[in-house]
Amino acid sequence: MKIRIRRYHPSFEPKVKLFEYEGEGSTLLEMLENIKTKDRTLTFNKGCRSGICGCCAVKVNGKEVLACTYEPKENDLVEPLSFSENIRDLVCSASHIETLLKRARAFLEKPSNKKQDEENEKTIRKQTECILCSSCHSSCPVYEVNKNFLGPFALTRSYRYVADIREEEKREKIEAVLKDGIWDCTLCGNCTEVCPQGIDPKNDILMLQGYAGRFGFQNPNLSSFGSFGLDF
Amino acid sequence: MRDVIVVGAGGAGLSAAIAAAERGAEVLVVAKTFPTQSQTCMAQGGINAVLKQNGDSINAHIEDTLKSGAGLAEPEIVKYVCEEAKNVIEWLDSIGTPFTRKKDEIAQRRLGGASKPRACYAQDFTGLKILHTLYDRALKLDIEFLTERFLLNVILDHNGETAGITVLNKTSGEVEQILGKCVVLATGGFAKVYGKFSTNSHQATGDGIGAALRAGCKISNMEFVQFHPTALYSSSVLISEAARGAGAKLINQKGERFVDELATRDEVARAIFKEMENGNEVFLDLTHLGEEFIEQNLPQERRLAVIYEKQDPIKTPLKIKPAAHYTMGGIDVDLRMRTSIKGLYAAGECADAKLHGANRLGGNSLLEVCALGRKAGLEAADEASAKEFPKNRQYEITKRDSAFIKALFTLPNKIDFVKKREFLGKILYSNAGVFRSESGLKGVLAELRQTQKELSFMGLKDRSLRYNTELFEFIEFGNMIEITEALLVGAINRTESRGSHFRVDFPDRNDRSFLAHSVIWKNDEGVICAEYRRVKEST
Repeated sequence: MKIRIRRYHPSFEPKVKLFEYEGEGSTLLEMLENIKTKDRTLTFNKGCRSGICGCCAVKVNGKEVLACTYEPKENDLVEPLSFSENIRDLVCSASHIETLLKRARAFLEKPSNKKQDEENEKTIRKQTECILCSSCHSSCPVYEVNKNFLGPFALTRSYRYVADIREEEKREKIEAVLKDGIWDCTLCGNCTEVCPQGIDPKNDILMLQGYAGRFGFQNPNLSSFGSFGLDF
Repeated sequence: MRDVIVVGAGGAGLSAAIAAAERGAEVLVVAKTFPTQSQTCMAQGGINAVLKQNGDSINAHIEDTLKSGAGLAEPEIVKYVCEEAKNVIEWLDSIGTPFTRKKDEIAQRRLGGASKPRACYAQDFTGLKILHTLYDRALKLDIEFLTERFLLNVILDHNGETAGITVLNKTSGEVEQILGKCVVLATGGFAKVYGKFSTNSHQATGDGIGAALRAGCKISNMEFVQFHPTALYSSSVLISEAARGAGAKLINQKGERFVDELATRDEVARAIFKEMENGNEVFLDLTHLGEEFIEQNLPQERRLAVIYEKQDPIKTPLKIKPAAHYTMGGIDVDLRMRTSIKGLYAAGECADAKLHGANRLGGNSLLEVCALGRKAGLEAADEASAKEFPKNRQYEITKRDSAFIKALFTLPNKIDFVKKREFLGKILYSNAGVFRSESGLKGVLAELRQTQKELSFMGLKDRSLRYNTELFEFIEFGNMIEITEALLVGAINRTESRGSHFRVDFPDRNDRSFLAHSVIWKNDEGVICAEYRRVKEST
């Protein structure tokens, strides 16, 4: 089977080049490994091989997938993720993950006295299956215009703690995701479509907007439409 | 300069870092990959703890652990961990771990070898959810991370105490020196030495154990490797024990059953391996469980079987084989997680705390990484608070490691290490796997020593310093060779069968000679030395 791979090395000229390879494998990752036995310079990440560590996300024909669970097709175009620093070939930096999660304060801020019950666990069950593979981040068009956007995985994780009954400081959590956060999402749903774990960040962002409303925060984008804002 | 440097950011590393930071230490976590990519995320089954005394007891948990350990689990550490288990669960709950609940209680299920249902779980994502919650907690505490750093060596000061580590910056290809008062190694196990015959992540190459061995640490019980009975045949992707627990059957190609599916992991693995040696193929039959059950309980496994094996478990039995799953041995540590080098600690799968003995009980590894990871972090923080910083200078080993990396690029490329690695995995599986014998083990050892000699003829084809994955894999291969030698020496010397270690030429357990930990280290000339240390009598 033949696939095309967009390769990158910052000190080669040209830096970006499209290569064609023959290879085989049940998954794209196996195929990349197979190609690497012949071309040792081909660079990609590999980990658990079972879709749970999140290290091997790439784009195939423009759509984010995990290489270890994607079945390659003839003439597929394989590219690195978007909106994170490309280090070499299919490897991208993951440093944005820590930055975004910290800015979103995506952790338990202050434990409440309440015990989590079955129902509350189910509310956040899907969100806590996130593997931080960055597929959603790469698919998000907001990054074309706003590099500081908190983005889908950080907002999903924020919601996961906001909705957790064990969190006392829900308001502080919401305050952390107002700027470059919940109001900047275009609700296009790309993130939901590409998530390998079936998480729906778009909906989580809507839920956060609901919480924000209850705490008296308004969507600042509405105020520019005069009578829709509160400031008139 | 830091008080505590934690190497590895899986369950053990994060637990250690959090505990040390909460104790007031300045902590730096250094890791080969991004934290949540650590192998802890692959743990599915659960984490053992006796939460309530109704029907279950801490004593029963201790008994089960000791029984599974076949004489080599030390009662003192087992008692500590089992008693600590409830605190661990309460702590994980308090930082936000989403355990599966029944009403407002944490649900528990029964795993193999447990006398009661005591594994807390989060569907089949227990490790994933614990790991991610620990990471979130570490971010809350503002713990500093330095990822994409590959551990090379432990730096020792002139007095022989720990002064820090050397790492390879994976992105730049430069060697960096990171100094600190204490170092906690939490770098994971080494079951990936079995190559394609392992359920493990590609990253489980025992780098920390290799570094510890080179620094002069003792390592112990390296011959004890747990084989999981049911890995998919061609990919070694794990099919969880939950399948057999729910009634999946093991059959050969003639449709014959040949073993009690609910026997212990090592017994089932041996029965399957025997079938395969007799020329049979072995299948895990889930077809009678029905689509609804499989979709509810094993959706990941179904998906992976379809992708990797082109088999849908709803329609056809899955072809399986046993595969290397967990390494009980590792860096020899005492009850305080101290190695034989001052200021150097180890926790998690890279360490041998003598909790699992000759065979690990399901649900005890997640417990270990949290309980003993925290212990290591606290101990290291306390030691650091009473200690001076090491001298801020360039250490000899840093220069040596820089020269070593440069030298690797000058090696002639006459032998392909990737092929050698594949071959090694294969012969280890056949001769140092489920069944072992003196002649088979010695054959592998001879091959391994030959490979050691040939390492300097295995150059790199990728000449770039930037994120050179061939370079990383070559250094990993070096670590694998180094610690596999200890595995083989341990397996050759232990002329008995116990727990996961089964010698066809010595099929019986021999307590008179071998109720003891096998301890291995390298002397000043780099020669492997071995001795036995008797298990402490229960008090």
